Amino acid sequence: MQETTVTFQPTEPRPAPVHQTKAIAWLRSNLFGSWFDTLVTLALTGLLLSFVPDLIRWLFVTATFQGDDTVCRENGGACWPFIIEKFQVLMIGVYPQDLAWRPAICAIALVVLAWLTYWDRIRGVALIVAWAVLPIFALIMIGGAFGMQEVDQSVWGGLMLSIMLALVGVIVSIPLGILLALGRHYGSPAIKVLCVTFIELLRGVPLITILFMASVMMPLFLPPELVINNLLRIQIGLIMFSSAYMAEVVRGGLQAIPKGQSEASLSLGVSPVYTVAFIIVPQALRHVLPPLIGRCIALFKDTSLVIIVGLLDFLGMIKSAALDTDWLGFQAEAYVFAALVYWLICYSLSLYGRQLEKRGPNART
Amino acid sequence: MTAVKLESSIAEDETVIAMQNVNKWYGDFHVLKDIELTVAKGERIVICGPSGSGKSTLIRCINHLEEHQEGKITVNGTVLDKNLKNITHIRREVGMVFQQFNLFPHMTILENLCFAPVWALNMPRAKAEETALHYLNRVGIAEQKDKYPGQLSGGQQQRVAIARSLCMNPSIMLFDEPTSALDPEMIKEVLDVMIELAETGMTMLCVTHEMSFARSVADRVIFMDEGEIVEQNTPAAFFDAPQVDRTQKFLSQILSH
Repeated sequence: MQETTVTFQPTEPRPAPVHQTKAIAWLRSNLFGSWFDTLVTLALTGLLLSFVPDLIRWLFVTATFQGDDTVCRENGGACWPFIIEKFQVLMIGVYPQDLAWRPAICAIALVVLAWLTYWDRIRGVALIVAWAVLPIFALIMIGGAFGMQEVDQSVWGGLMLSIMLALVGVIVSIPLGILLALGRHYGSPAIKVLCVTFIELLRGVPLITILFMASVMMPLFLPPELVINNLLRIQIGLIMFSSAYMAEVVRGGLQAIPKGQSEASLSLGVSPVYTVAFIIVPQALRHVLPPLIGRCIALFKDTSLVIIVGLLDFLGMIKSAALDTDWLGFQAEAYVFAALVYWLICYSLSLYGRQLEKRGPNART
Repeated sequence: MTAVKLESSIAEDETVIAMQNVNKWYGDFHVLKDIELTVAKGERIVICGPSGSGKSTLIRCINHLEEHQEGKITVNGTVLDKNLKNITHIRREVGMVFQQFNLFPHMTILENLCFAPVWALNMPRAKAEETALHYLNRVGIAEQKDKYPGQLSGGQQQRVAIARSLCMNPSIMLFDEPTSALDPEMIKEVLDVMIELAETGMTMLCVTHEMSFARSVADRVIFMDEGEIVEQNTPAAFFDAPQVDRTQKFLSQILSH
């Protein structure tokens, strides 16, 4: 065989790319990569330029931060003193002023617990117990018990009420949803029919209808001594509605668990109940974390519907503040503030969801 | 793999599994037909046969992962019926290793091993961990105890699965094609663990296509086809002088390559 010698010949060095600075390179590849990208970039820039400067002018430049309504009207921009004056009403409604420290303590407890949860400082059983105890603590503090001055539920309102409805709703409806899903997935035929009927009935009806039923119709049918207070009826309505949706989300997760998982656990002699509790449900929940967080966010936003059955939640307070004759014409500020608060809370929930997804064995592989 | 035949450890007078006239149907499909099988303490049985012959179903009936419709199955003196107490009692005596490992992916290796002793036997956590480490050492992967199953190779996962079963201190082990889902280079490490287990005198029923394992470890080889036990014999007699046509055909197919 003939031997061939190959001489290594280096290719000519190429010149460095023209756009060396990071910013320009980034712009080129991300915003002006092709003629279509360029077109989209230009169109969006035009759109932003058409309203963002005006918005900023209204929000900050010509806005009023101190003074009263006359100053506001002179300046023409957003009127923030209006929000500042209404702040307490927006937060706790017409709850007695001298007792406002009680919901304040609850709010601090909620923020601290949320912080600890987000940064994974509290886990497992302690985490579940803490979140189960928090609403009970809040109810005692806000409603008054053990010798504290009692505050009637008719004066609970504002953001406090919205958060309470959502928090209790989520904390009760997730376990309830899990039970419903388990009943539908593993139950005997009778239990299955019961669960399916409940889920389909509640999913097939708009939330407003359920709230009306809870608030207006239930007292008509029930004997007077069984009629519980309006707020509790509405809370139960919200929980039932939410748990039907939670059940369907969880069921999706249950279906994703291979049969081998329960077989392995059962073959080790572990009881069916423990198998479901420690092998099936934790894995199912992990699978459906994103839609589960989505349902929590939806429930929080859905609480704004309680205004139609006479509860003055956060959005209700925003509406009534906007009708205050001393501050007429400042509705926009009220709704901008409402949007900001809703967005902050919902966005932190979805941040927490993302944080959760990053943790655990699934993320590690 | 060792070609040396293991010493038999059968205690002839002690029957641990007795299947009498066991029948099972999936709908119209008759999957187990009049199964008669007794297993003595310490006996090592290999069950082979073509796909769909009912061999997996047979061993899955022993710990009631499948329900038999006719006949009687007795394990360690307990009759297997619909009584959940009896079923659970038998499952604690009988370990099982699956083709797909079936480790719990949301738990670490150590948690996988401690789960059943803690929740089925109420063993204190510290004791369970001690037992778990003992068996992890025995299958040679103690250093992986804090990893999750997804981080281990198939062979390692199957060894963990064997250790997990052993943590319940079973008297009988069932293996349902334990090496079928493994890459070829990992089969040996799992078979070695099984051979070591056989040397301790464990009663074993293995559904497997590893014929060299059957030759060196089994006391008895059972051939199943279409839901029936067609032939059973000592490995030497079974492989060298099969009596029935179907057995000969099966053996010629699997041994020819």
